[in-house]
Amino acid sequence: MKHSRNKFGLSDRTSSVILVIIALLLIVIVAYPIYYVLIASFSNPYDVYAGKTFFWPSGFTLRGYQAVFADSNIFRGYLNSAKYTIIGTAFSVVMLYITAYPLTQRDLPGRKAISLFFIITMYFGGGLIPTYLIVKETNLIGNMWALFLPGGVSVANMILVRNYFQNSIPHELIEAAEIDGCSKLKTFLKIVIPLSLPIMAVMVVFSMVAYWNDWFTALIYLPKPEMAPLPLVLRNILIKSSATAKQSSTISGGYAELNKITEMIKFSSIIVAAAPMLILYPMVQKYFEKGMMSGAVKG
Amino acid sequence: MAAKKKQLSRRIRANWQMYLLLLIPVVITFIYKYIPMYGIQIAFRDFSANKGIFGSDWVGLYWFKRFFSSPNCLRMIRNTFLLSAFSLLWGFPVPIILSLCMNQLRFPKLKRVTQTVLYAPHFISTMVICGMIKIFLSPSGGLLNLILGSQVDFLTESTAFRTIYIVSGIWQDAGWGCIIYLATLATVDTCLYEAAKVDGASVWQRIVHIDLPALLPMAILNLILSAGSLMNVGFEKVWLLQTDLNKATSDIIAVYVYEQGIEHAKYSYSTAVGLFNTVINLLLLIIVNKIAKRHSDVEFV
Repeated sequence: MKHSRNKFGLSDRTSSVILVIIALLLIVIVAYPIYYVLIASFSNPYDVYAGKTFFWPSGFTLRGYQAVFADSNIFRGYLNSAKYTIIGTAFSVVMLYITAYPLTQRDLPGRKAISLFFIITMYFGGGLIPTYLIVKETNLIGNMWALFLPGGVSVANMILVRNYFQNSIPHELIEAAEIDGCSKLKTFLKIVIPLSLPIMAVMVVFSMVAYWNDWFTALIYLPKPEMAPLPLVLRNILIKSSATAKQSSTISGGYAELNKITEMIKFSSIIVAAAPMLILYPMVQKYFEKGMMSGAVKG
Repeated sequence: MAAKKKQLSRRIRANWQMYLLLLIPVVITFIYKYIPMYGIQIAFRDFSANKGIFGSDWVGLYWFKRFFSSPNCLRMIRNTFLLSAFSLLWGFPVPIILSLCMNQLRFPKLKRVTQTVLYAPHFISTMVICGMIKIFLSPSGGLLNLILGSQVDFLTESTAFRTIYIVSGIWQDAGWGCIIYLATLATVDTCLYEAAKVDGASVWQRIVHIDLPALLPMAILNLILSAGSLMNVGFEKVWLLQTDLNKATSDIIAVYVYEQGIEHAKYSYSTAVGLFNTVINLLLLIIVNKIAKRHSDVEFV
């Protein structure tokens, strides 16, 4: 029992305190940049740049948010992103399910070959231009479906779903259903799907996040500005630092005021773009590890 | 033989609904993944729109030669490799250390909150992350300059680019990277901890002798996967953070492929450069996999 102090001479209690301090420090490091943007979004931008908003807003104002919601480009981007996220998620999750379930059927002739057919696409692809040319060839440039179809099946997620089916759904239930005369499709719809809601929740969130945050696919395949998703609209504001034409014409008070609004919009648009997903993911967080775990174990 | 065939056809018939489900994913994957793979041959052709992908003139290695003789070729290969290698070097250990710490945290509520907070940046778009980087690094009133009391425009300094890229990358994804390690640690038999406690092992000793060995296979697997995509450095952040003044370190192959292909419509040239990158990646994947196979029983591909 003499060993209760380790080579650093720390007792369990001291180590425990150190771990708590590390955890708190990590929380601050990760959360502070987001918190800073949040308080800056409610502050006078000149106060922000003068260093008056380290902990609390200064010169409280909602003008940044008013400007964001009054900007028709941002609003349209928001609607576009919402539309792409909803349709894309529905499409992707259906694709994951209809690919994963047949591949759990041990008596399916060709199962290994079909699995390999999908897995190869994880390691090797045609690359940017050949894929672009096929998308063009299939007339999808400027079509919303260009965001969904070329991605095909997300194989890494499909494997997680497949392993969940194999590891977390009792085999006896499926066998019993099939003995009772359920067809494979009916078993899938009536038993497997209802019992797989935890992994479905995880996949829905993963896919929503991916579509909500995606802009590169739209940059290549959706050249029309009116189809741009939110992040792409924000590129002008955040990266190029230019006010949109719509804003400059609606703002009175001249150049100085315009400048101020341009700066405020940077903060508020970041919050507006990030908030939906930051609110969403903690709701299914408890399933992440479960899903990862049952997925990581080979079936 | 005949009986076997009969059995096979019965199994196929028993599974017809399953084939029907697979039909759509297979067709989509074939069209948008496999046909482009076949379309890589435009790297060896002089693509022209009216002759099409498979009918354009064959030019052999012309585009590859052109790439290797282009003035920035070496710089791009070097930048791509270094950016990625440094990201891996700094980024790889962080999630392992974080998960070891969190796993030993005795207060479930604090553990939960820490996890939630650490995952958060993963759910933010690279566009927004880069917007935040621009705000924090702004020469006039950016947070970093306020703290340092300086007015440096970090995004125009080529020496700062890699640090910006790597630090922001760790901030965004290290927390999320923990999830797989935490899930692995959750499978460690608690009897081991009890036994270690009885034997008088400290927290530190428990981490080194129980947790670390438990994580090792997963860590090696992750290392192999990352090393195999070493040349696949993320295009998005680099493209958004690139300025004319930091190009000495931010000029990478992926950005060049995009510019040549999409912006300048040089389809064959862009494909050739991309293919060169893919081939290096595949070679790396094979080499790393061989090494890992020799030194442990972990193998992925």
